[in-house]
Amino acid sequence: MRVQRIEKNNLISNDQQEVDLKLLDPIIEKYKDKKGNTIPILQSTQHLFGYIPAKAFEYISKKTGLKVSDMYGVATFYAQFRLKPVGKHIIKVCHGTACHVQGANAISDSILEALQIKDGETTPDGFYTVESVACLGCCSLAPVIMIDEDSYGKLTGKSAVNIIKEIKLKATN
Amino acid sequence: MENIKVLVGLASCGIAAGANKVFEKFNQIKENEHLPFELTKTGCIGMCYREPLVEIIDESGSYLYGEIDENKTIEIIEKHIKLGEPVKEYVVKTELFQNEDDTYWQGQVKIALRNCGVINPEIIEEYENRGGYQAIKNLIKNNIQSEQVIQTIIESGIRGRGGGGFPTGMKWKFAAASKSDEKYIICNADEGDPGAFMDRSVLEGDPHAVLEGMTIAAYAIGATEGVIYCRAEYPLAIKRLNIALEQAREKGYLGKNAHGKQGWNFDIHVKEGAGAFVCGEETALMASVEGRRGMPRKRPPFPAVSGLWKKPTNINNVETFANIPYIVLNGASSYNKYGTEKSKGTKVFALTGKIKRGGLVEVPMGISIKDIIFKLGGGIQNNKKFKAVQLGGPSGGCIPEYLSDTPVDYESITATGAIMGSGGMVVMDETTCMVDMARFFLDFTQKESCGKCTFCRIGTKRMLEILTRITEGEGKEGDIELLEQLAYQIKDSSLCGLGQTAPNPVLTTIKYFRHEYEAHIRDKKCPAHSCKKLITYTVDEDKCTGCTVCAKNCPVNAISGERKQIHFINQDACIKCGVCFSKCKFEAIKLS
Repeated sequence: MRVQRIEKNNLISNDQQEVDLKLLDPIIEKYKDKKGNTIPILQSTQHLFGYIPAKAFEYISKKTGLKVSDMYGVATFYAQFRLKPVGKHIIKVCHGTACHVQGANAISDSILEALQIKDGETTPDGFYTVESVACLGCCSLAPVIMIDEDSYGKLTGKSAVNIIKEIKLKATN
Repeated sequence: MENIKVLVGLASCGIAAGANKVFEKFNQIKENEHLPFELTKTGCIGMCYREPLVEIIDESGSYLYGEIDENKTIEIIEKHIKLGEPVKEYVVKTELFQNEDDTYWQGQVKIALRNCGVINPEIIEEYENRGGYQAIKNLIKNNIQSEQVIQTIIESGIRGRGGGGFPTGMKWKFAAASKSDEKYIICNADEGDPGAFMDRSVLEGDPHAVLEGMTIAAYAIGATEGVIYCRAEYPLAIKRLNIALEQAREKGYLGKNAHGKQGWNFDIHVKEGAGAFVCGEETALMASVEGRRGMPRKRPPFPAVSGLWKKPTNINNVETFANIPYIVLNGASSYNKYGTEKSKGTKVFALTGKIKRGGLVEVPMGISIKDIIFKLGGGIQNNKKFKAVQLGGPSGGCIPEYLSDTPVDYESITATGAIMGSGGMVVMDETTCMVDMARFFLDFTQKESCGKCTFCRIGTKRMLEILTRITEGEGKEGDIELLEQLAYQIKDSSLCGLGQTAPNPVLTTIKYFRHEYEAHIRDKKCPAHSCKKLITYTVDEDKCTGCTVCAKNCPVNAISGERKQIHFINQDACIKCGVCFSKCKFEAIKLS
C-alpha cells in the first residue's frame, strides 16, 4: 500500500545535502497561481535537485500557501517522487509482466550483487541508484533496464552487469 | 535518388534497440557524400521483434528492412540507394516478393495505427496529407449538429479501448446532456498495465490523431478545455505531444476561435502523471490532475455530471480517441463492418512474452486468440509448449491453451474470467509458473492499492503473503480455499476497478491451473521449475567437461572450476537464473 513508502526514520536526518532553495523561485513563479499546481511544482523541484529536500516543502509552502501536509501527502503517494538524494546515475530495472516472464528477477539480482547494494539504495560512492519500476513500455525487448534516459533491451544478467561496469569505467577514465 | 525516401522507426522500442545510431549513420553518409535521398523519422512500425526498422521507398515500391545496424546501413546505402539493388536478405516486408514474416501482417487491419510508422509524427502536414484534421474541418464547415456526431459514434459501436468497454458514444451523450459553461475532455494516457505499450506507440507515432479525436469530442459535447494525462515514464510521447500541440495552435486548430469557429476557445494541455496505477481510474485520475493524491471516489456523481473541478467531464483512452477521426471522416459503417455483433471495429494488442514475433498488432474483433499467437505471432519462442496467455494485466487473467479458440471480443474474454483490458497480451510457455504469475500481479496491485478500502488495502496484502508462502514451499492445506474466500471479499468490498479486479489473476490461475498450486503446496515442487526456493542447479560430474562456459556466463560468479576440471556451483551465491542450464552444451547442469 502507498503509505509504506513513507520513511520510518526521521525525514530531516536523511537530508544533509545543502541545497540552494532560491533556485525554486522561477518554478514557483511559473506555477503559483495555476490551479492543480502541486504535482507540477513537486516534479520541477525533483527535476532540479534530483529529489525533494525536506526544506523545499517549507519553502514552497511559504511562497505559495500550499500546505506542507498536502504536498507531503502527494509526494509519498506517487512512485515518482523521492525524498532522499540519489546517485549520479539511476538504473531502472523493469519489472513489468513481459520482463518478469523473461527473467527480470535475475537481472535485478545480478546488478544488486555486482554493486553490493539493495533495491532502492545508492552505491557508497554515489554513482548509481538502483530502482525496480513497473514498466518502461519496451515490452518486446524484455528484459529491459533504463540508465538515466537510455534503455537497454534483450539483456542477460551478465550483459546488464557489463553495461553498468562500462559506464562506470568510462566515467572514471 | 531524389525519389528515394528513407524512414527510420524512432519510437521508444526502436531507440532502445539502437535506431538512433542507424538514423545518425544514414544522416552522416547522406551529408558527407551529398546524397539527395530523403531521410525522415517515423513512429512505431509494429514489428518490434525486428527493431531497428528502416523502410526504403523507391520507384519500384516499399522495402522494410529489419534488425539494421550501422554496418548494414552502409551496405544498404551502397547497394539499394546508390545502385537500386535491394539487399534482399535484410528485407522483412515488401509487396514485391514473399517473405517469411508475411503472416505477421495477414489479418491485420490498421485503423487506430493507420499512420503509425508511415508519417513523421513531428510534422503536422504529413498527418494532414493523409486526411488528418479533415474530419473536424468537415464538421465545422457543414455546421453538423452535436447530436449527429454522437449518433455516428454510437452507430460505429466503438467501446472504451482502455479496458472498460463502455460504449463511447453513450459516454459522450451523457456529457453533452450536462449543462455547464465549462466542460472538460480528458485523454487517459496513463497506460499503467505493465506489459502494454499500445498507447505509447500511438502517442509517439501519431499524436495529431489523438488531438483531433479530442477536438471532435470537445465539439460534440461542447467542451472548452482538454487535458492529456500522460505517464511521466513516456518522455518521448510527452515531447512529441507538445510538438504536435504547438503546431496545432500555430495552424489555429487549437486556442482562440479554434478551427475558425467563432467563440470556441478550445485548447489542450499535457499533464504528466507521477506514477500511480490507480490513476487509470477516472475519478482518481481527476483527483491527480487537480493536484491531490490519486484516490478514487464513489460514483455517482459520474464525471459526465461532475468531474474535473466539479464540471462535466468526458474521459476516453488514447486508442479510443485515435479511432474517432477515422470514424467521423469515413462514417460509422467503415468501422462497424469489422468485428462481432457486440464488439465492433478493431483492437490493438501488444504481443509480448515468450512469443516469436513480439510487437504491436491491430486486428478486427472476433479473431481467435490462437490466430493472433500462432498466425501473426509465429508461435512460441524456441518451439516450447504454449501454456497460457495473460490478458488485461493486473486486472485480467490467464487464459489456458485449451481455450485459445476464444474469439477476441469483450463478452467472450470476460466469460473466461479474464478481461479484454487495454490490450496487453503476455504469452507464457511451459517454463512460466502460474502461481508465481499470480504472486507477481498481486505484488503489483498490493503496492498500487491507494489504501482507501480496507479489503483492497489489507486483503491484497494477505493474499500476497499466502502466495509468497506457497511459492517458497511453505504452503498449507486450505490455502487455495483461503485465497478464493479473500478474493471474493476483496472484489465485493472495493470501491474502484483496481480492488474489484485485483484478485482476477489469482482466481483464473486457480481455475485453470489448480494442479500447479497443489504441486507447490503438497509436493513442494514447482512444475515449471521456476520458483527459486523450490529448485537447485547442480553440476553433473559425469557430464561436465570443464569447458568453463557456465562460469563465464554466470552473472554472479557463483560457478568455480579450472578449465578441463569439473565445475562447482556455490548454492549460497546462486540466484537460480538458469543461464548455466541453458548455456551448457553437454547437459551437465542438473535442475532439481
